[in-house]
Amino acid sequence: MEIRKLEKKANKIRKDIIKLIYHAKTGHTGGSLSSTDIMTALYYHVMKIDATNHEDPNRDRFVLSKGHSVEALWCILADKGFFPKEDLQTYSNFGSKLIGHPNNKVNGVEMNTGSLGHGLSVSNGMALAAKMDQKQFRVFTLMGDGEQAEGSLWEGAIFAAHYKLDNLVGIIDRNRLQISGSTEDVMGLDPLNEKWKSFGWSVVEINGNDMESLVKTFDECSTTKSKPTLIIANTTKGKGISFIENQTQWHHKVPTDSEYEQALAELEAGEEEINE
Amino acid sequence: MNKIPNRKVVNDTLMKYAKNNSDIVVLTSDSRGSAMLGPFASAYPDQFIETGIAEQSIVGVSAGLASVGKIPFVASPACFLSMRSVEQIKVDVAYSNTNVKLIGISGGVSYGALGMSHHSVQDIAVMRAIPNMTVILPADRFETEKMVEALLDRTGPTYVRIGRNPVEDVYESTDFDYTIGKANELHSGNDITIIACGETVKIALDTALELKTEKNISVRVLNMHTLKPLDEAAIIKAAKETGHIITLEEHSIYGGLGGAVSEVTAKNHPVPVTVIGIPDETVITGTSKEVFNYYGISIKNLKSTILKNIKIK
Repeated sequence: MEIRKLEKKANKIRKDIIKLIYHAKTGHTGGSLSSTDIMTALYYHVMKIDATNHEDPNRDRFVLSKGHSVEALWCILADKGFFPKEDLQTYSNFGSKLIGHPNNKVNGVEMNTGSLGHGLSVSNGMALAAKMDQKQFRVFTLMGDGEQAEGSLWEGAIFAAHYKLDNLVGIIDRNRLQISGSTEDVMGLDPLNEKWKSFGWSVVEINGNDMESLVKTFDECSTTKSKPTLIIANTTKGKGISFIENQTQWHHKVPTDSEYEQALAELEAGEEEINE
Repeated sequence: MNKIPNRKVVNDTLMKYAKNNSDIVVLTSDSRGSAMLGPFASAYPDQFIETGIAEQSIVGVSAGLASVGKIPFVASPACFLSMRSVEQIKVDVAYSNTNVKLIGISGGVSYGALGMSHHSVQDIAVMRAIPNMTVILPADRFETEKMVEALLDRTGPTYVRIGRNPVEDVYESTDFDYTIGKANELHSGNDITIIACGETVKIALDTALELKTEKNISVRVLNMHTLKPLDEAAIIKAAKETGHIITLEEHSIYGGLGGAVSEVTAKNHPVPVTVIGIPDETVITGTSKEVFNYYGISIKNLKSTILKNIKIK
Protein backbone atom coordinates (compact mmCIF):
# COMPACT_ATOMS: atom_id res chain seq x y z
CA MET A 1 0.00 0.00 0.00
CA GLU A 2 1.33 3.41 -0.84
CA ILE A 3 2.27 5.79 1.95
CA ARG A 4 -0.73 8.15 1.58
CA LYS A 5 -3.14 5.26 1.72
CA LEU A 6 -1.44 3.89 4.83
CA GLU A 7 -1.65 7.30 6.47
CA LYS A 8 -5.35 7.46 5.67
CA LYS A 9 -5.81 3.97 7.06
CA ALA A 10 -4.04 4.96 10.28
CA ASN A 11 -6.31 7.98 10.56
CA LYS A 12 -9.37 5.78 10.12
CA ILE A 13 -8.09 3.36 12.79
CA ARG A 14 -7.63 6.31 15.15
CA LYS A 15 -11.27 7.27 14.63
CA ASP A 16 -12.30 3.67 15.31
CA ILE A 17 -10.23 3.64 18.51
CA ILE A 18 -11.85 6.82 19.80
CA LYS A 19 -15.31 5.47 18.98
CA LEU A 20 -14.51 2.16 20.67
CA ILE A 21 -13.25 3.77 23.86
CA TYR A 22 -16.01 6.37 23.97
CA HIS A 23 -18.80 3.80 23.63
CA ALA A 24 -17.25 1.24 26.00
CA LYS A 25 -16.30 3.99 28.48
CA THR A 26 -12.95 2.29 29.03
CA GLY A 27 -9.63 1.95 27.27
CA HIS A 28 -5.99 2.93 27.04
CA THR A 29 -6.37 5.94 24.78
CA GLY A 30 -2.88 7.45 24.75
CA GLY A 31 -0.88 4.30 24.06
CA SER A 32 -3.27 2.99 21.44
CA LEU A 33 -2.99 6.24 19.52
CA SER A 34 0.81 6.37 19.78
CA SER A 35 1.02 2.77 18.46
CA THR A 36 -1.47 3.20 15.62
CA ASP A 37 1.00 4.11 12.88
CA ILE A 38 3.37 1.26 13.83
CA MET A 39 0.59 -1.31 13.81
CA THR A 40 -0.95 0.07 10.61
CA ALA A 41 2.39 -0.21 8.82
CA LEU A 42 2.74 -3.81 10.04
CA TYR A 43 -0.79 -5.00 9.29
CA TYR A 44 -1.37 -3.21 5.98
CA HIS A 45 2.11 -3.26 4.46
CA VAL A 46 4.71 -5.44 6.16
CA MET A 47 3.22 -8.63 7.54
CA LYS A 48 2.16 -11.61 5.47
CA ILE A 49 -1.16 -12.45 7.11
CA ASP A 50 -4.58 -13.29 5.77
CA ALA A 51 -7.81 -13.17 7.74
CA THR A 52 -9.29 -15.92 5.60
CA ASN A 53 -6.34 -18.22 6.41
CA HIS A 54 -5.47 -17.01 9.88
CA GLU A 55 -3.88 -20.31 10.95
CA ASP A 56 -1.49 -20.47 8.00
CA PRO A 57 1.69 -21.97 9.53
CA ASN A 58 3.81 -19.64 7.42
CA ARG A 59 2.07 -16.42 8.49
CA ASP A 60 4.08 -13.64 10.07
CA ARG A 61 3.47 -13.30 13.82
CA PHE A 62 2.63 -10.17 15.80
CA VAL A 63 2.77 -10.08 19.59
CA LEU A 64 1.43 -7.04 21.41
CA SER A 65 3.69 -7.09 24.44
CA LYS A 66 2.20 -3.75 25.53
CA GLY A 67 -1.13 -5.52 25.68
CA HIS A 68 -3.01 -2.52 27.02
CA SER A 69 -2.87 -0.92 23.57
CA VAL A 70 -5.39 -3.56 22.55
CA GLU A 71 -7.94 -1.03 21.24
CA ALA A 72 -5.66 -0.40 18.26
CA LEU A 73 -5.36 -4.15 17.71
CA TRP A 74 -9.11 -4.83 17.93
CA CYS A 75 -9.88 -2.03 15.46
CA ILE A 76 -7.28 -3.28 12.99
CA LEU A 77 -8.28 -6.95 13.24
CA ALA A 78 -11.94 -6.00 12.71
CA ASP A 79 -11.05 -3.78 9.77
CA LYS A 80 -9.04 -6.62 8.23
CA GLY A 81 -11.91 -9.06 8.65
CA PHE A 82 -10.56 -11.33 11.40
CA PHE A 83 -13.94 -10.94 13.08
CA PRO A 84 -17.16 -9.05 12.25
CA LYS A 85 -16.98 -5.29 12.78
CA GLU A 86 -20.20 -5.43 14.81
CA ASP A 87 -18.32 -7.41 17.48
CA LEU A 88 -16.45 -4.22 18.35
CA GLN A 89 -19.67 -3.05 20.00
CA THR A 90 -19.21 -5.80 22.62
CA TYR A 91 -15.77 -4.55 23.64
CA SER A 92 -15.35 -4.90 27.43
CA ASN A 93 -18.98 -5.97 27.83
CA PHE A 94 -20.04 -8.87 30.04
CA GLY A 95 -18.98 -12.16 28.45
CA SER A 96 -17.26 -10.58 25.43
CA LYS A 97 -14.16 -12.15 23.86
CA LEU A 98 -12.95 -8.62 23.19
CA ILE A 99 -11.41 -7.82 26.55
CA GLY A 100 -9.04 -5.09 27.64
CA HIS A 101 -5.95 -7.06 26.59
CA PRO A 102 -5.22 -9.43 23.70
CA ASN A 103 -7.13 -12.71 23.91
CA ASN A 104 -6.18 -15.61 21.64
CA LYS A 105 -9.72 -16.90 21.57
CA VAL A 106 -10.10 -14.17 18.93
CA ASN A 107 -8.81 -15.00 15.44
CA GLY A 108 -5.62 -13.15 14.66
CA VAL A 109 -4.32 -12.96 18.24
CA GLU A 110 -1.23 -15.12 18.67
CA MET A 111 -0.73 -14.96 22.41
CA ASN A 112 -2.43 -13.57 25.48
CA THR A 113 -0.61 -10.64 27.00
CA GLY A 114 -1.41 -7.94 29.50
CA SER A 115 1.26 -8.45 32.08
CA LEU A 116 4.27 -6.53 30.81
CA GLY A 117 7.62 -8.09 29.97
CA HIS A 118 6.19 -11.32 28.52
CA GLY A 119 5.91 -10.62 24.79
CA LEU A 120 9.57 -10.73 23.87
CA SER A 121 10.23 -14.20 25.27
CA VAL A 122 7.18 -15.76 23.61
CA SER A 123 8.24 -14.07 20.38
CA ASN A 124 11.70 -15.58 20.83
CA GLY A 125 10.09 -19.01 20.97
CA MET A 126 8.16 -18.34 17.76
CA ALA A 127 11.22 -17.01 15.96
CA LEU A 128 13.35 -19.92 17.15
CA ALA A 129 10.71 -22.42 16.00
CA ALA A 130 10.80 -20.79 12.55
CA LYS A 131 14.58 -21.25 12.45
CA MET A 132 14.33 -24.87 13.59
CA ASP A 133 11.81 -25.68 10.86
CA GLN A 134 13.44 -23.51 8.15
CA LYS A 135 10.27 -21.46 7.87
CA GLN A 136 10.48 -17.98 6.44
CA PHE A 137 8.01 -16.10 8.61
CA ARG A 138 9.00 -13.03 10.64
CA VAL A 139 8.00 -12.19 14.20
CA PHE A 140 7.17 -8.66 15.36
CA THR A 141 6.85 -7.64 18.99
CA LEU A 142 5.57 -4.26 20.07
CA MET A 143 6.76 -3.20 23.50
CA GLY A 144 6.11 -0.14 25.60
CA ASP A 145 8.79 2.13 26.94
CA GLY A 146 7.56 1.92 30.54
CA GLU A 147 7.72 -1.84 30.02
CA GLN A 148 11.49 -1.61 29.60
CA ALA A 149 11.81 -1.67 33.41
CA GLU A 150 10.68 -5.33 33.47
CA GLY A 151 13.61 -7.68 34.14
CA SER A 152 12.05 -10.52 32.16
CA LEU A 153 12.29 -8.38 29.05
CA TRP A 154 16.08 -8.32 29.35
CA GLU A 155 16.16 -12.09 29.73
CA GLY A 156 14.46 -12.09 26.34
CA ALA A 157 16.94 -9.55 24.96
CA ILE A 158 19.98 -11.73 25.71
CA PHE A 159 18.22 -14.84 24.39
CA ALA A 160 17.32 -13.33 21.01
CA ALA A 161 20.89 -12.13 20.46
CA HIS A 162 22.39 -15.45 21.61
CA TYR A 163 20.27 -17.38 19.11
CA LYS A 164 20.85 -14.77 16.37
CA LEU A 165 17.12 -14.37 15.75
CA ASP A 166 17.33 -12.14 12.67
CA ASN A 167 13.72 -13.05 11.86
CA LEU A 168 12.63 -11.14 14.96
CA VAL A 169 11.88 -7.42 15.12
CA GLY A 170 11.27 -5.72 18.45
CA ILE A 171 9.64 -2.30 18.38
CA ILE A 172 9.51 0.08 21.31
CA ASP A 173 6.66 2.59 21.26
CA ARG A 174 8.86 5.31 22.76
CA ASN A 175 6.22 7.86 23.72
CA ARG A 176 8.10 8.81 26.89
CA LEU A 177 5.05 8.68 29.16
CA GLN A 178 3.76 5.98 31.45
CA ILE A 179 0.86 5.91 33.86
CA SER A 180 2.62 7.91 36.59
CA GLY A 181 4.35 10.43 34.32
CA SER A 182 7.54 10.79 32.32
CA THR A 183 9.43 7.52 31.82
CA GLU A 184 12.64 9.30 32.71
CA ASP A 185 11.17 10.44 36.04
CA VAL A 186 9.59 7.09 36.91
CA MET A 187 12.59 4.93 36.00
CA GLY A 188 15.18 6.39 33.68
CA LEU A 189 15.75 4.47 30.44
CA ASP A 190 18.09 6.65 28.39
CA PRO A 191 20.28 5.85 26.59
CA LEU A 192 17.88 3.09 25.52
CA ASN A 193 19.60 2.81 22.19
CA GLU A 194 22.95 1.96 23.79
CA LYS A 195 21.39 -0.57 26.13
CA TRP A 196 19.92 -2.63 23.28
CA LYS A 197 23.08 -2.29 21.17
CA SER A 198 25.16 -3.63 24.05
CA PHE A 199 22.80 -6.60 24.27
CA GLY A 200 23.74 -7.51 20.68
CA TRP A 201 20.80 -6.11 18.74
CA SER A 202 20.81 -4.10 15.53
CA VAL A 203 19.20 -0.85 16.66
CA VAL A 204 17.39 1.70 14.49
CA GLU A 205 15.83 4.87 15.85
CA ILE A 206 13.04 6.52 13.86
CA ASN A 207 10.00 8.75 14.07
CA GLY A 208 7.37 6.16 14.93
CA ASN A 209 4.51 8.35 13.76
CA ASP A 210 6.02 8.82 10.31
CA MET A 211 4.62 6.21 7.94
CA GLU A 212 7.38 6.55 5.38
CA SER A 213 10.11 5.92 7.98
CA LEU A 214 8.20 2.97 9.42
CA VAL A 215 7.68 1.27 6.07
CA LYS A 216 11.27 1.87 4.98
CA THR A 217 12.70 0.58 8.27
CA PHE A 218 10.54 -2.55 8.39
CA ASP A 219 11.44 -3.35 4.79
CA GLU A 220 15.16 -2.73 5.23
CA CYS A 221 15.62 -4.66 8.47
CA SER A 222 14.39 -7.86 6.80
CA THR A 223 17.87 -8.18 5.27
CA THR A 224 19.75 -7.84 8.58
CA LYS A 225 21.56 -11.10 9.24
CA SER A 226 22.58 -12.83 12.48
CA LYS A 227 21.09 -10.18 14.76
CA PRO A 228 17.60 -9.34 15.94
CA THR A 229 16.44 -5.82 15.09
CA LEU A 230 15.18 -3.32 17.63
CA ILE A 231 13.32 -0.27 16.37
CA ILE A 232 13.04 2.60 18.79
CA ALA A 233 9.93 4.27 17.42
CA ASN A 234 9.82 7.76 18.88
CA THR A 235 6.14 8.59 19.09
CA THR A 236 3.72 11.05 20.62
CA LYS A 237 1.39 9.57 23.18
CA GLY A 238 -2.17 10.34 22.11
CA LYS A 239 -0.98 11.17 18.57
CA GLY A 240 -3.51 12.84 16.30
CA ILE A 241 -5.70 14.59 18.86
CA SER A 242 -4.36 17.87 20.19
CA PHE A 243 -5.71 17.78 23.73
CA ILE A 244 -4.76 14.13 24.25
CA GLU A 245 -1.21 14.41 22.94
CA ASN A 246 1.51 14.20 25.61
CA GLN A 247 -0.96 14.30 28.49
CA THR A 248 -0.20 11.76 31.23
CA GLN A 249 -3.82 11.51 32.36
CA TRP A 250 -4.85 10.25 28.92
CA HIS A 251 -3.06 6.95 29.60
CA HIS A 252 -6.49 5.52 30.21
CA LYS A 253 -8.88 8.45 30.26
CA VAL A 254 -12.19 8.19 28.40
CA PRO A 255 -13.40 11.18 26.32
CA THR A 256 -16.46 13.12 27.44
CA ASP A 257 -19.22 13.86 24.90
CA SER A 258 -17.66 17.16 23.86
CA GLU A 259 -14.13 15.74 23.84
CA TYR A 260 -15.40 12.92 21.66
CA GLU A 261 -16.89 15.35 19.13
CA GLN A 262 -13.73 17.41 19.09
CA ALA A 263 -11.49 14.36 18.72
CA LEU A 264 -13.45 13.11 15.71
CA ALA A 265 -13.46 16.60 14.19
CA GLU A 266 -9.69 16.81 14.52
CA LEU A 267 -9.23 13.40 12.92
CA GLU A 268 -11.56 14.42 10.04
CA ALA A 269 -9.45 17.49 9.50
CA GLY A 270 -6.35 15.28 9.66
CA GLU A 271 -7.74 13.17 6.86
CA GLU A 272 -8.29 16.18 4.66
CA GLU A 273 -4.69 17.20 5.23
CA ILE A 274 -3.53 13.76 4.04
CA ASN A 275 -5.67 14.17 0.89
CA GLU A 276 -3.95 17.44 0.09
CA MET B 1 16.96 -51.07 45.88
CA ASN B 2 16.30 -49.05 42.74
CA LYS B 3 19.21 -46.84 41.63
CA ILE B 4 17.51 -45.06 38.72
CA PRO B 5 16.16 -41.58 39.51
CA ASN B 6 12.97 -40.43 37.82
CA ARG B 7 14.99 -37.66 36.15
CA LYS B 8 16.89 -40.25 34.15
CA VAL B 9 13.65 -41.93 33.10
CA VAL B 10 12.38 -38.61 31.72
CA ASN B 11 15.56 -38.29 29.67
CA ASP B 12 15.44 -41.87 28.41
CA THR B 13 11.75 -41.81 27.52
CA LEU B 14 12.04 -38.50 25.69
CA MET B 15 15.04 -39.80 23.76
CA LYS B 16 13.03 -42.80 22.68
CA TYR B 17 10.27 -40.67 21.18
CA ALA B 18 12.32 -37.68 19.99
CA LYS B 19 13.95 -39.90 17.40
CA ASN B 20 10.78 -40.08 15.34
CA ASN B 21 9.22 -36.78 16.35
CA SER B 22 11.33 -33.73 15.64
CA ASP B 23 8.71 -31.48 17.25
CA ILE B 24 9.71 -32.75 20.70
CA VAL B 25 12.08 -30.16 22.16
CA VAL B 26 13.74 -30.06 25.56
CA LEU B 27 14.70 -26.83 27.31
CA THR B 28 16.93 -26.38 30.34
CA SER B 29 17.99 -23.36 32.37
CA ASP B 30 21.64 -24.35 32.89
CA SER B 31 20.10 -27.50 34.36
CA ARG B 32 20.92 -30.19 31.80
CA GLY B 33 23.25 -31.89 34.27
CA SER B 34 20.95 -31.72 37.26
CA ALA B 35 18.06 -32.85 35.04
CA MET B 36 20.21 -35.73 33.69
CA LEU B 37 19.40 -34.50 30.19
CA GLY B 38 22.98 -34.55 28.95
CA PRO B 39 22.38 -37.67 26.81
CA PHE B 40 19.34 -36.06 25.17
CA ALA B 41 21.31 -32.87 24.50
CA SER B 42 24.12 -34.86 22.87
CA ALA B 43 21.89 -37.12 20.82
CA TYR B 44 19.43 -34.44 19.65
CA PRO B 45 21.27 -31.10 19.67
CA ASP B 46 18.75 -29.65 17.21
CA GLN B 47 15.90 -30.45 19.61
CA PHE B 48 17.64 -29.11 22.69
CA ILE B 49 17.53 -25.46 23.80
CA GLU B 50 19.56 -23.89 26.58
CA THR B 51 18.15 -20.64 27.99
CA GLY B 52 20.70 -19.95 30.69
CA ILE B 53 19.59 -19.25 34.25
CA ALA B 54 16.41 -17.43 33.23
CA GLU B 55 13.21 -19.11 34.32
CA GLN B 56 10.90 -16.41 33.01
CA SER B 57 12.56 -16.64 29.62
CA ILE B 58 12.44 -20.44 29.50
CA VAL B 59 8.68 -20.53 30.07
CA GLY B 60 7.92 -17.69 27.66
CA VAL B 61 10.12 -19.21 24.96
CA SER B 62 8.40 -22.57 25.45
CA ALA B 63 4.98 -20.99 25.03
CA GLY B 64 6.16 -19.37 21.79
CA LEU B 65 7.59 -22.66 20.54
CA ALA B 66 4.36 -24.46 21.38
CA SER B 67 2.29 -21.86 19.55
CA VAL B 68 4.16 -22.81 16.38
CA GLY B 69 3.58 -26.54 16.92
CA LYS B 70 6.59 -27.65 18.94
CA ILE B 71 6.14 -29.90 21.98
CA PRO B 72 8.38 -28.30 24.61
CA PHE B 73 9.47 -30.10 27.78
CA VAL B 74 11.02 -27.65 30.25
CA ALA B 75 13.31 -29.22 32.85
CA SER B 76 14.31 -26.82 35.58
CA PRO B 77 14.52 -27.06 39.38
CA ALA B 78 10.97 -27.16 40.74
CA CYS B 79 11.71 -24.47 43.32
CA PHE B 80 12.59 -21.89 40.65
CA LEU B 81 10.30 -23.08 37.87
CA SER B 82 7.18 -23.02 40.04
CA MET B 83 7.91 -19.67 41.70
CA ARG B 84 10.16 -17.41 39.62
CA SER B 85 8.17 -18.01 36.46
CA VAL B 86 4.71 -18.44 37.95
CA GLU B 87 3.30 -15.48 36.03
CA GLN B 88 4.64 -16.80 32.73
CA ILE B 89 3.02 -20.12 33.62
CA LYS B 90 -0.27 -18.37 34.39
CA VAL B 91 -0.37 -16.13 31.32
CA ASP B 92 1.84 -17.62 28.58
CA VAL B 93 1.07 -21.27 29.30
CA ALA B 94 -2.24 -21.74 31.12
CA TYR B 95 -4.21 -18.70 29.96
CA SER B 96 -2.83 -18.77 26.42
CA ASN B 97 -3.40 -22.55 26.43
CA THR B 98 -0.03 -23.53 25.01
CA ASN B 99 1.12 -27.15 24.95
CA VAL B 100 4.01 -26.74 27.38
CA LYS B 101 5.15 -29.52 29.71
CA LEU B 102 6.91 -28.12 32.76
CA ILE B 103 9.06 -30.68 34.56
CA GLY B 104 10.06 -29.42 37.99
CA ILE B 105 13.12 -31.44 38.94
CA SER B 106 14.66 -32.01 42.38
CA GLY B 107 11.32 -31.05 43.87
CA GLY B 108 10.01 -31.02 47.42
CA VAL B 109 12.86 -31.24 49.92
CA SER B 110 15.17 -33.14 47.52
CA TYR B 111 17.85 -30.50 47.90
CA GLY B 112 17.86 -31.18 51.65
CA ALA B 113 20.45 -29.05 53.40
CA LEU B 114 20.51 -26.37 50.68
CA GLY B 115 17.67 -24.68 52.51
CA MET B 116 14.32 -23.09 51.88
CA SER B 117 15.39 -21.25 48.69
CA HIS B 118 15.84 -24.67 47.08
CA HIS B 119 12.80 -26.43 48.51
CA SER B 120 9.54 -26.52 46.61
CA VAL B 121 6.79 -27.38 49.04
CA GLN B 122 4.27 -24.81 47.83
CA ASP B 123 4.26 -25.75 44.14
CA ILE B 124 1.15 -27.95 44.18
CA ALA B 125 -0.83 -25.21 45.92
CA VAL B 126 0.28 -22.63 43.38
CA MET B 127 -0.11 -24.75 40.26
CA ARG B 128 -3.47 -26.25 41.07
CA ALA B 129 -4.96 -22.80 41.66
CA ILE B 130 -4.26 -21.85 38.05
CA PRO B 131 -7.11 -22.70 35.64
CA ASN B 132 -6.22 -25.05 32.78
CA MET B 133 -3.15 -26.56 34.50
CA THR B 134 -2.69 -30.30 34.88
CA VAL B 135 -0.53 -31.18 37.90
CA ILE B 136 1.22 -34.56 38.25
CA LEU B 137 3.62 -36.15 40.75
CA PRO B 138 4.71 -39.64 39.64
CA ALA B 139 5.39 -42.24 42.33
CA ASP B 140 8.32 -44.15 40.84
CA ARG B 141 10.40 -44.76 37.73
CA PHE B 142 7.82 -46.98 36.03
CA GLU B 143 5.05 -44.47 36.54
CA THR B 144 7.35 -41.68 35.33
CA GLU B 145 7.85 -43.53 32.06
CA LYS B 146 4.14 -44.05 31.57
CA MET B 147 3.48 -40.43 32.48
CA VAL B 148 5.90 -39.08 29.85
CA GLU B 149 4.23 -41.29 27.25
CA ALA B 150 0.80 -40.08 28.36
CA LEU B 151 1.96 -36.45 28.16
CA LEU B 152 3.07 -37.02 24.57
CA ASP B 153 -0.38 -38.35 23.75
CA ARG B 154 -2.25 -35.28 24.93
CA THR B 155 -1.98 -31.54 24.51
CA GLY B 156 -2.30 -28.93 27.21
CA PRO B 157 -0.43 -27.08 29.93
CA THR B 158 1.10 -29.41 32.51
CA TYR B 159 3.27 -29.13 35.59
CA VAL B 160 5.09 -32.22 36.78
CA ARG B 161 7.20 -32.52 39.90
CA ILE B 162 9.85 -35.19 40.33
CA GLY B 163 12.53 -35.62 42.99
CA ARG B 164 16.30 -35.76 42.78
CA ASN B 165 17.12 -39.14 44.24
CA PRO B 166 16.09 -42.63 43.15
CA VAL B 167 12.76 -43.68 44.64
CA GLU B 168 12.11 -47.26 45.70
CA ASP B 169 9.87 -49.01 43.23
CA VAL B 170 6.14 -48.92 43.85
CA TYR B 171 5.35 -50.93 40.74
CA GLU B 172 7.16 -53.99 39.43
CA SER B 173 7.09 -52.93 35.80
CA THR B 174 5.23 -50.63 33.43
CA ASP B 175 2.53 -53.26 33.08
CA PHE B 176 -0.33 -51.40 34.80
CA ASP B 177 -3.14 -49.06 33.78
CA TYR B 178 -2.22 -45.41 33.92
CA THR B 179 -4.60 -42.60 33.08
CA ILE B 180 -3.91 -38.97 33.86
CA GLY B 181 -6.64 -37.85 36.28
CA LYS B 182 -7.43 -41.33 37.60
CA ALA B 183 -6.05 -42.52 40.95
CA ASN B 184 -4.57 -46.01 41.23
CA GLU B 185 -5.65 -48.16 44.15
CA LEU B 186 -2.46 -49.93 45.23
CA HIS B 187 -3.81 -51.74 48.27
CA SER B 188 -7.42 -52.56 49.04
CA GLY B 189 -8.97 -52.07 52.44
CA ASN B 190 -11.95 -50.61 54.26
CA ASP B 191 -10.59 -49.72 57.69
CA ILE B 192 -9.03 -46.42 56.66
CA THR B 193 -7.57 -44.80 53.51
CA ILE B 194 -4.19 -43.27 52.87
CA ILE B 195 -4.01 -41.01 49.83
CA ALA B 196 -0.46 -40.21 48.76
CA CYS B 197 1.36 -38.69 45.79
CA GLY B 198 4.88 -38.67 44.44
CA GLU B 199 7.63 -40.05 46.64
CA THR B 200 5.32 -40.62 49.62
CA VAL B 201 3.33 -43.33 47.83
CA LYS B 202 5.91 -45.98 48.66
CA ILE B 203 5.71 -45.08 52.36
CA ALA B 204 1.91 -45.37 52.29
CA LEU B 205 2.03 -48.73 50.53
CA ASP B 206 4.63 -50.21 52.88
CA THR B 207 2.57 -49.05 55.86
CA ALA B 208 -0.52 -50.82 54.52
CA LEU B 209 1.42 -54.03 53.89
CA GLU B 210 2.92 -54.03 57.39
CA LEU B 211 -0.36 -53.29 59.15
CA LYS B 212 -2.05 -56.09 57.26
CA THR B 213 0.58 -58.58 58.35
CA GLU B 214 1.09 -57.31 61.88
CA LYS B 215 -2.43 -56.30 62.96
CA ASN B 216 -4.74 -57.53 60.21
CA ILE B 217 -5.81 -53.93 59.62
CA SER B 218 -6.80 -53.35 56.00
CA VAL B 219 -5.71 -49.95 54.74
CA ARG B 220 -6.77 -48.67 51.35
CA VAL B 221 -3.95 -46.90 49.52
CA LEU B 222 -4.66 -44.51 46.67
CA ASN B 223 -1.84 -43.24 44.51
CA MET B 224 -3.16 -39.79 43.59
CA HIS B 225 -0.52 -39.15 40.92
CA THR B 226 -2.65 -36.45 39.31
CA LEU B 227 -3.40 -33.57 41.65
CA LYS B 228 -5.36 -31.82 38.94
CA PRO B 229 -7.72 -32.83 37.45
CA LEU B 230 -8.41 -34.64 40.70
CA ASP B 231 -10.06 -38.07 40.81
CA GLU B 232 -12.95 -36.92 42.98
CA ALA B 233 -14.87 -40.18 42.54
CA ALA B 234 -12.06 -42.21 44.14
CA ILE B 235 -11.92 -39.78 47.08
CA ILE B 236 -15.69 -39.81 47.66
CA LYS B 237 -15.73 -43.62 47.43
CA ALA B 238 -12.91 -43.88 49.98
CA ALA B 239 -14.70 -41.46 52.30
CA LYS B 240 -17.92 -43.45 52.12
CA GLU B 241 -16.33 -46.87 52.44
CA THR B 242 -13.53 -46.25 54.94
CA GLY B 243 -14.77 -43.24 56.94
CA HIS B 244 -11.37 -41.61 57.50
CA ILE B 245 -8.69 -40.40 55.10
CA ILE B 246 -5.06 -39.69 55.79
CA THR B 247 -3.21 -37.66 53.18
CA LEU B 248 0.55 -37.91 52.85
CA GLU B 249 2.60 -35.49 50.80
CA GLU B 250 6.01 -33.87 50.38
CA HIS B 251 4.39 -30.45 50.41
CA SER B 252 3.08 -27.81 52.77
CA ILE B 253 0.03 -28.93 54.71
CA TYR B 254 -1.65 -25.91 53.15
CA GLY B 255 -3.11 -26.12 49.67
CA GLY B 256 -1.61 -29.39 48.49
CA LEU B 257 -2.98 -32.94 48.38
CA GLY B 258 -4.49 -32.59 51.87
CA GLY B 259 -6.25 -29.41 50.90
CA ALA B 260 -7.49 -30.87 47.63
CA VAL B 261 -8.86 -34.00 49.29
CA SER B 262 -10.50 -31.98 52.07
CA GLU B 263 -12.25 -29.75 49.53
CA VAL B 264 -13.80 -32.84 47.97
CA THR B 265 -14.85 -34.57 51.20
CA ALA B 266 -16.22 -31.37 52.77
CA LYS B 267 -18.50 -30.85 49.81
CA ASN B 268 -19.53 -34.44 49.07
CA HIS B 269 -19.13 -36.68 52.10
CA PRO B 270 -17.55 -35.09 55.18
CA VAL B 271 -15.22 -37.44 57.06
CA PRO B 272 -12.15 -36.76 59.19
CA VAL B 273 -9.11 -35.99 57.03
CA THR B 274 -5.69 -36.14 58.68
CA VAL B 275 -3.20 -34.10 56.67
CA ILE B 276 0.44 -35.15 56.97
CA GLY B 277 3.06 -33.05 55.22
CA ILE B 278 5.48 -30.19 55.83
CA PRO B 279 4.19 -27.80 58.51
CA ASP B 280 4.04 -24.04 58.02
CA GLU B 281 7.66 -23.35 58.95
CA THR B 282 11.14 -23.16 57.46
CA VAL B 283 12.09 -26.77 56.79
CA ILE B 284 14.64 -28.24 59.19
CA THR B 285 18.10 -29.00 57.77
CA GLY B 286 18.67 -32.59 56.69
CA THR B 287 18.49 -35.17 53.96
CA SER B 288 15.10 -35.92 52.40
CA LYS B 289 14.77 -39.00 54.57
CA GLU B 290 15.70 -37.16 57.76
CA VAL B 291 13.26 -34.38 56.93
CA PHE B 292 10.50 -36.89 56.12
CA ASN B 293 11.04 -38.70 59.42
CA TYR B 294 11.16 -35.47 61.42
CA TYR B 295 7.79 -34.32 60.08
CA GLY B 296 6.15 -37.73 60.33
CA ILE B 297 6.16 -38.61 56.64
CA SER B 298 7.12 -42.09 57.75
CA ILE B 299 5.80 -45.60 58.23
CA LYS B 300 6.20 -45.18 61.99
CA ASN B 301 4.02 -42.07 62.19
CA LEU B 302 1.45 -43.43 59.75
CA LYS B 303 1.09 -46.58 61.82
CA SER B 304 0.59 -44.74 65.09
CA THR B 305 -1.85 -42.30 63.43
CA ILE B 306 -3.85 -45.19 62.03
CA LEU B 307 -3.86 -47.18 65.28
CA LYS B 308 -5.05 -44.12 67.18
CA ASN B 309 -7.86 -43.43 64.72
CA ILE B 310 -8.97 -47.02 64.24
CA LYS B 311 -9.54 -47.19 68.01
CA ILE B 312 -11.76 -44.09 67.92
CA LYS B 313 -13.88 -45.74 65.24
